[in-house]
Amino acid sequence: MTNTRLVEVRQKVLKQNDVVARALRDDFERAGVFVVSLVSSPGSGKTAFLERTLSALAGKYRVAALVGDLATDNDARRLARSGAPARQIITGTVCHLEAAMVREALEGWPLDGLDYLFIENVGNLVCPSSYDLGEALRLVLFSVTEGEDKPLKYPTIFNTADLAVLTKIDLAAAVEFDAAAAMHSVQSVRPGMPLLEVSSKTGRGMDAWIELLEKRASQRTVQTAD
Amino acid sequence: MHELSIALSIIDMATEEAERRPSERVAAVHLKLGPLSGVVQSALVSAFELAREGTPLAEASLVIEAIPVTIWCDGCNAETAPLALNELRCADCGEPAARLVHGQELEVTALELAALELEA
Repeated sequence: MTNTRLVEVRQKVLKQNDVVARALRDDFERAGVFVVSLVSSPGSGKTAFLERTLSALAGKYRVAALVGDLATDNDARRLARSGAPARQIITGTVCHLEAAMVREALEGWPLDGLDYLFIENVGNLVCPSSYDLGEALRLVLFSVTEGEDKPLKYPTIFNTADLAVLTKIDLAAAVEFDAAAAMHSVQSVRPGMPLLEVSSKTGRGMDAWIELLEKRASQRTVQTAD
Repeated sequence: MHELSIALSIIDMATEEAERRPSERVAAVHLKLGPLSGVVQSALVSAFELAREGTPLAEASLVIEAIPVTIWCDGCNAETAPLALNELRCADCGEPAARLVHGQELEVTALELAALELEA
């Protein structure tokens, strides 16, 4: 048996990512841009929700979007139709966005000219939970077709989010969705987290979302002014 | 499945530390891991065993201390255990958690170093 000694280290494994995320957060605050990230499983409607959001904000604010996918720039092209600048982050085989990818994608973008920046993560309810992207608000989306217990199945990611968004509520009746049970699931994994119900197709719930977003952004501004 | 990139980060971090101590080798890396870190323990161990090959940590083991989830309960005015990972209510009084206290840890706490001269 070899003699060993224990040397204390105490370092977060994702320290590298955390350092970049903190620098991004400082840059965003300085530039006065409110950054919102979106996570969900593939196909729960992040891009449609974002299209609606960008269109709703476009007349009043300067907005932009970054969108992560393993392949194709389809989503960036979809989002750009709203008139807002949109950039695609192609991750290759990487299943999540990291702070360094966001930093790289933002190179050459004048942040000072923006009020809101949206970052759509790769569709994945597991891996993105470990990575801080420097955002001020993290949304977790799930659709009525995924079931009321989705939050109970993925507690980790719901625990990193600030706000839950239930999408495709225009389909709720067709799939006999129980909204109260969904609310119960959200409260079980993340007590106190608000849940918004939206339909990107009909626009239902979008006004409440935009109102909440503006409120959060202005609260942030007040905090910064202190 | 991002455990491989997590394992590589651990190895990079430990290698960097070990380079400062050239007369010793890393025998083990001690890690604190919470169930809400987003990292699966068994997947991380497999990934670590793969990733350590051909690095200065080829002989090193990964010693994981599993950290249980705890919450702050306003009702008990104490740090308590939740009913379950996906039911963050106080196991003692049933009140919803005010916040999470432990369970998101993903942290290297220590390196176990062995002297190299013993082999000479």
